[in-house]
Amino acid sequence: MTFTYKNVYINETGTVAGPYEKKGPLNNYFDRSHDEFYLHTKTWEQAEVKFIEEAIDIVLNKLNKTRFDIDLFISGDLLNQIVASNYAARTLNIPYLGIYNACATSVEGLIIASNMIEAGQIKNCLCSASSHNNAAEKQFRYPVEYGGPKPKTTTFTTTGAAVAYLTYNKKNIKIESATIGKVVDLGISDAYEMGAVMAPAAADTIYRHLKDLKREVGYYDLILTGDLGSVGKEILKDYMSTEYNIELKNYDDTATMIFDLNNQDVYSGGSGPACAPLVTYSYIFHEMKKKKLKRVLLVATGALMSTTMVNQKLSIPAIAHAISLEVVE
Amino acid sequence: MEKNKYKRLVEKHTPKENSLYHGLLAFIAGGMMGVIGQFLIDVYSSLLHIPSSDASSYMIITLIFIGCLLTCFGFFDKWVNFAKAGLIVPITGFAHSMMSAALEYRKEGMVTGIGANMLKLSGSVIIFGIVSAYVFGLIRLIIFGG
Repeated sequence: MTFTYKNVYINETGTVAGPYEKKGPLNNYFDRSHDEFYLHTKTWEQAEVKFIEEAIDIVLNKLNKTRFDIDLFISGDLLNQIVASNYAARTLNIPYLGIYNACATSVEGLIIASNMIEAGQIKNCLCSASSHNNAAEKQFRYPVEYGGPKPKTTTFTTTGAAVAYLTYNKKNIKIESATIGKVVDLGISDAYEMGAVMAPAAADTIYRHLKDLKREVGYYDLILTGDLGSVGKEILKDYMSTEYNIELKNYDDTATMIFDLNNQDVYSGGSGPACAPLVTYSYIFHEMKKKKLKRVLLVATGALMSTTMVNQKLSIPAIAHAISLEVVE
Repeated sequence: MEKNKYKRLVEKHTPKENSLYHGLLAFIAGGMMGVIGQFLIDVYSSLLHIPSSDASSYMIITLIFIGCLLTCFGFFDKWVNFAKAGLIVPITGFAHSMMSAALEYRKEGMVTGIGANMLKLSGSVIIFGIVSAYVFGLIRLIIFGG
């Protein structure tokens, strides 16, 4: 399922990152980053809402628009019942679609918005994705202050929110095409091996995207997965060449870019819905605006897990959605 | 790709954990905990003139208190992460898991937050502790007659 678009552009973005991301290599590219996890709220969940609200404010300020100029808000996060998005949508108080595809949420939102803009149903849309390290740890793993050891394959949930403003008005970066992913499950049931869980989904989506559009890997200046981590990245490369005979060149993964893996204690890299868009909307867009990168395929990967199903010893299904971003000449 | 074939591909890229190093570290840290525990028993029994069985209860209470306090100060998780089973298996691990859960849920109310979640991790330690004490007590009764 691959679509091409004629008139969908990402006009502006807003990125707000947390303390670990602030210490990471991309800090200069974020619109704002914070030193602490609470943002003057009482809890991490409330802080995540604030992250989204701040990112929205940044975008609206850049555009010199108010919330009443926006047709639709699409948002998703990791918390149960996507509450961070719901509460941010309560503040924004405009038509809202809440979505969930774990760490593939950002691109899922971009695809929905692009289709609606291309069809002329809406003029513009704000697409948000967020995650909060402590809130996610609390929900999916152990208490944050609990120091039980984790394996090296573990990923570290990104804290932050990334919002993009999509419209049909021509601007620097065009959304050129998109591929909707299938749920892939190759039997991995360890919740600490997210890279291995998601790599086959990413491979499937990349393969189908290239096949549907009759493109070679070299067509893209960069193929960017988000967020397989350092282990998943190697698995994907190996899997692509064994399964599809495709050698991934010009390839990187946002999980390994947002943190300094050698000096930060983040195991095999970042994860969470915020990881891929935080890297893409800040650093990648910066490179695209400078025309160092002209065609980028962003493949957001999500592990569709819950602690309930993992405890029931079921393997973890994964999904990946791809979106092709092009610099407008 | 077949699931088994994929499993092998994944294993090829999965970094190995250094079990020998971790085991040694846990052995030393756990051993030191034992030394501290014995030291506390000796101090309590000689200072308070109580039998060592009473003193060991005081020792356990002291270690639980220290484990909880250091967890609240926010750096005990880093120690546990470093020493691993060396700090998790002793009573400090029990205190740490209980306190970290209590801290995590304190904003969700006394009953619905702290009360309901404090034993989230350590609950199974208590349950299986009691069950195994019962089973082994029964075995002892049957084989040795009490």
